[in-house]
Amino acid sequence: MTKGMFVDTSVCIGCKACQVACKQWNELGEEPSHFEYEAGLPSKPINFTGDSYNNTGSLSAYDWREVKFIEQGSVLAGNMAWLMMSDSCKHCTHAGCLEACPTHAIVRTDLGNVIVQQDVCNGCRDCIAACPFDVISFNHQTGKVNKCTLCNDRIHNGLETACAKVCPTDSIVYGDVDALRTQAAARVQALKRQGFNKAHIYGDTDILGGLNVFYLLLDEPEVYGQPRAPQLPERNLMRNTLTSVASAIMLGVGALLAFRRRGGKKESV
Amino acid sequence: MGSNMAECHPVAFRWVMKGKEKGGKLIHIDPRFTRTSAMADKHVAIRAGSDIAFLGGVVNWLINNPRWLNSEFHHSYVQNYTNIATLIDGDFKDTEDLDGVFSGLSEDAKSYSGKTWQYQRDASSSTAQDQIEEKNYQDMLKNRLPGVLKSDPSWQDPNSVFQILKRHYQRYTPEMVSRVCGCSEEQFLAVCEMLLQNSQRHKTSAFVYAVGWTQHTVGVQLIRIAGIVQSLLGNAGRPGGGILALRGHASIQGSTDIPTLYHSWSGYLAAKDVRRSHDTLKEYILNESHTTSFWSNTPAYTVSLLKAWFGDAATPENDFGYGALPAITGDHSILPMFVLMQLGGVKGMLCIGQNPAVGGQNAEFQRQGMEKLEWMVVRDYFETETAAFWKRPGVDPKSIQTEVFFLPAAHAAECDGTFTNTSRLLQKHDKAVDPPDDARSDLWFTWHLINRMKQAYANSTNPRDWAIQNLLWDYLDEGENRKQGWSILDEPSADRVLREINGYTWADKKQVPGFSALKDDGSTACGCWIYSGVFPAEGLNLAAARISDDYVSPGWGFAWPANRHILYTRASADPAGNPWSESKKYTYFDAAADSGTKDAEGKPVIGKWINAFGDGIDFPTAKRPDAPADPTAVGVAWQPGTAPAILRQDGKFWLFAPSGTVDGPLPTHYEPWESPVNNPLYKQQRNPVAKNWPVKGNRYHEPGVDSAAYPLIISTYRLTEHYLAGGMSRWLPWLVELMPELFVEMSPQLAAERGIVNGEVVTAYTVRGEVQGRALVTSRMKVFQIDGRTVHGIGIPWHWGYMGLAKGDVANDIVSLVADPNVTIHEGKVFSGNLRKGPRSKLAPQLFQDHVAQDTSSEITADDVRFESYLGDVENS
Repeated sequence: MTKGMFVDTSVCIGCKACQVACKQWNELGEEPSHFEYEAGLPSKPINFTGDSYNNTGSLSAYDWREVKFIEQGSVLAGNMAWLMMSDSCKHCTHAGCLEACPTHAIVRTDLGNVIVQQDVCNGCRDCIAACPFDVISFNHQTGKVNKCTLCNDRIHNGLETACAKVCPTDSIVYGDVDALRTQAAARVQALKRQGFNKAHIYGDTDILGGLNVFYLLLDEPEVYGQPRAPQLPERNLMRNTLTSVASAIMLGVGALLAFRRRGGKKESV
Repeated sequence: MGSNMAECHPVAFRWVMKGKEKGGKLIHIDPRFTRTSAMADKHVAIRAGSDIAFLGGVVNWLINNPRWLNSEFHHSYVQNYTNIATLIDGDFKDTEDLDGVFSGLSEDAKSYSGKTWQYQRDASSSTAQDQIEEKNYQDMLKNRLPGVLKSDPSWQDPNSVFQILKRHYQRYTPEMVSRVCGCSEEQFLAVCEMLLQNSQRHKTSAFVYAVGWTQHTVGVQLIRIAGIVQSLLGNAGRPGGGILALRGHASIQGSTDIPTLYHSWSGYLAAKDVRRSHDTLKEYILNESHTTSFWSNTPAYTVSLLKAWFGDAATPENDFGYGALPAITGDHSILPMFVLMQLGGVKGMLCIGQNPAVGGQNAEFQRQGMEKLEWMVVRDYFETETAAFWKRPGVDPKSIQTEVFFLPAAHAAECDGTFTNTSRLLQKHDKAVDPPDDARSDLWFTWHLINRMKQAYANSTNPRDWAIQNLLWDYLDEGENRKQGWSILDEPSADRVLREINGYTWADKKQVPGFSALKDDGSTACGCWIYSGVFPAEGLNLAAARISDDYVSPGWGFAWPANRHILYTRASADPAGNPWSESKKYTYFDAAADSGTKDAEGKPVIGKWINAFGDGIDFPTAKRPDAPADPTAVGVAWQPGTAPAILRQDGKFWLFAPSGTVDGPLPTHYEPWESPVNNPLYKQQRNPVAKNWPVKGNRYHEPGVDSAAYPLIISTYRLTEHYLAGGMSRWLPWLVELMPELFVEMSPQLAAERGIVNGEVVTAYTVRGEVQGRALVTSRMKVFQIDGRTVHGIGIPWHWGYMGLAKGDVANDIVSLVADPNVTIHEGKVFSGNLRKGPRSKLAPQLFQDHVAQDTSSEITADDVRFESYLGDVENS
């Protein structure tokens, strides 16, 4: 049974409890780039962004979750909206990272979640380029890559993910993906009836075979910093590969020809 | 209103979101667009400090609206359950008559006498002439029964509450609301419509507030007007209705029930007070008991409390030890305490779980006060700003003589105890692990401190030490600690404390089932009568009960009093005792049920009140809904069977408050103490009796005079990511990186006017100091049009200080010490100030010296603060 999460951004209150629970359960430290370290002094936070209430900035090896805050309109004009979205790895059905990984460190478990086996990862970073969502990140302390595991240890012991567990408004719901998709579809209809015309599911089967962590968004994906039509790197890779192969053949032929000429010359010498 | 629930109470907000899923509508009325507004169906931005004008407008709209006046439901509800028809003293003068003040204002205009705010009574019905021999406290109360109230059920009498209400709020028109609050008339009217439509037989509306309402010089009146609106709408005492106060900490409710407050002993029994007739126990009881409400039981609760304190030493002959208790002399709450400290009038301070160096208003003034202490004890998890005030930036530690003791505190998970949350719910928490090193629980500290005091005073012959010598202090259970495997064996037993709080019979030490078993003769002991019933028998700690359902969950924890989750639910039934509607069925009268009680002839009394969801009912079980009032009976029996508010002397919800508030019987819009706006409603600018301390280092911006130099409205508030003064969050990297720095929220219009770019360093300032932070320019902040001119507001979260990982200026440095006159809560939610580009000019201690040097205002002395003489006469009521 494929497990995943339905993230209903329409009820996200931006409390960031998911971010903290994620770090606590997965024993992730502070993001080093958020602090200035000076010998003999306590570390000093330097990550104020001025980007609404989001000071996390991006997903990283230490931030497997990021709550985005998007301000639209204005109170003065009477059309203020403040969108919030807790972003993380989507555990794609067609996962670019998994396909790109040359050492098979990235695998899919029986529950459908995609994890990086830390003891196998060699830190080549091919997966980073292969992820269309900029989820996966290099850890400079371990020399390997990290990302959300869908709380692999929890879900294989019958527990829900840490973020879903703490979410006070049930904006993050963990469960069987099929059931979650039914729940999400009903929620979209309810919101449309309330006048949220742009409400839609991001990550249904139309995207990369289906995102196992999928979202209900109240606006276009780009507004939340998500690609409208993310592509698997293999498509590009295939073209590149073919070009490379063709080039190699051309080069090889050229070389052979050259040798031949040389040989011919030799022969002729 | 007055609450940013999604940000400050995110876990409780879960239920608001569940209500929304079921089709409930959420309205957020707040100066800022916050994470709560983002979830609301409707957000109305009003100027900070204008809430009474807004809700006064709702009252005016409602009571002149034919749809309300002709509604059978609303008429029946207010007629029976509120004091709308009661007649008020003919000498009462309203703000309409006196241009913004009520009758009774003293000549120096600093305090009120409430003599003209009283009900009219029929003197002939009083039993005062018919005196009986006073054998006990109940006889004494009977001899003091007042006359029956006069009322006019047609509401036409000019002295009726309805007519007074109508006159008082006639100025609060939609047009005036718009002028004062800065919202549009359409927005205001839309809120009125939603409220009325959703407050009917089959529907209810609830108000939720937090410190956004309490932190004002009109804080109590703000909550009062919500009470008026809810009473008029028929929402009080009904499921899904009422007014929900959100408290600021875990168990801050508990710390007022069994208080850390100076003016209350326990269970809201008043502290002994030299200003009142409290010389003997009898005088105290006669002063503090009500003759015609549930508070007629005060004698039993008081005597049982004294018995719990002094045990065998408490006897009827020595007034149960009453005489040995200290009496208060005035307002000893934290604001005047720090003024007194600053004036050199305080010797030492125990500071437990609080960080006033950051959380205190005019915080540098408070830190300077700490410098005048001989000693200070701080108990906390980390070395807070308060513990480190002597080495703060800008001071020379050598110049400070205060001896500071820092004691590490245990966390809640490291000790047994209970939390009492905002819904009066007691929940036990278990010790999971021994605290590290020398860290100890507050219970441990308090028990050992008093135990050592008892040893120190054991041989004293001074009569004033009687209370320490005879205090019952028997909470240690080393055997239990050993059994549990704890390494700290001298940790007192939280169970033993809770047992005493619950109460027990003195003779055989058996826990009582509830407060109805308490006696006024010394045969029972009880540490807090409202909690009685939480631990009704050995092995039955209801605070640990964990049976939940999808609704009221009466099997989860214990809601004081007597596990009643909703109060005054008599009002959830109609006057005849039937549910107002099936969908809002809650407490109702079953005329056929056996009440389980017997009448005088021994026959069973048929008919009883039932709660459909197993909730406790705060109404006499067998009292018939049509029971007439008995003018010769003491207590609740004096009230009729239709009176839901058993704690009020008349059993009614108060639209007009004849007592209980010191600043007027009806909420009135006054401008905040510091406001760049002249009151558009009255000549009277501010709450005339607001508490203020004209002392060096605490200057105020005077209305009109300072408006040009300080034209902005400033609010301070909290964020989800940090906890209050930061003692539990600014040391934790995970939380620090979520909100690393102090920032100042401002509108794009104001930023443009001041040439400020998002993210750059700016300084907010008042006459009291400067606070530097990063600019957060956002369209969530509105520019207000108030009374025809543009008014800008800025907002500053106040979590930062000079210790911990995330350091920053103390926002409270620029807030003033000024307070609500009823409860002495400060006005951090709204004051005036200004904003400029760039960093602050100096550090706080240097700015404070400049401020003091420029201060030519009148000085008050330590004794002025002790006895509040500068506030005028305090009435002995």
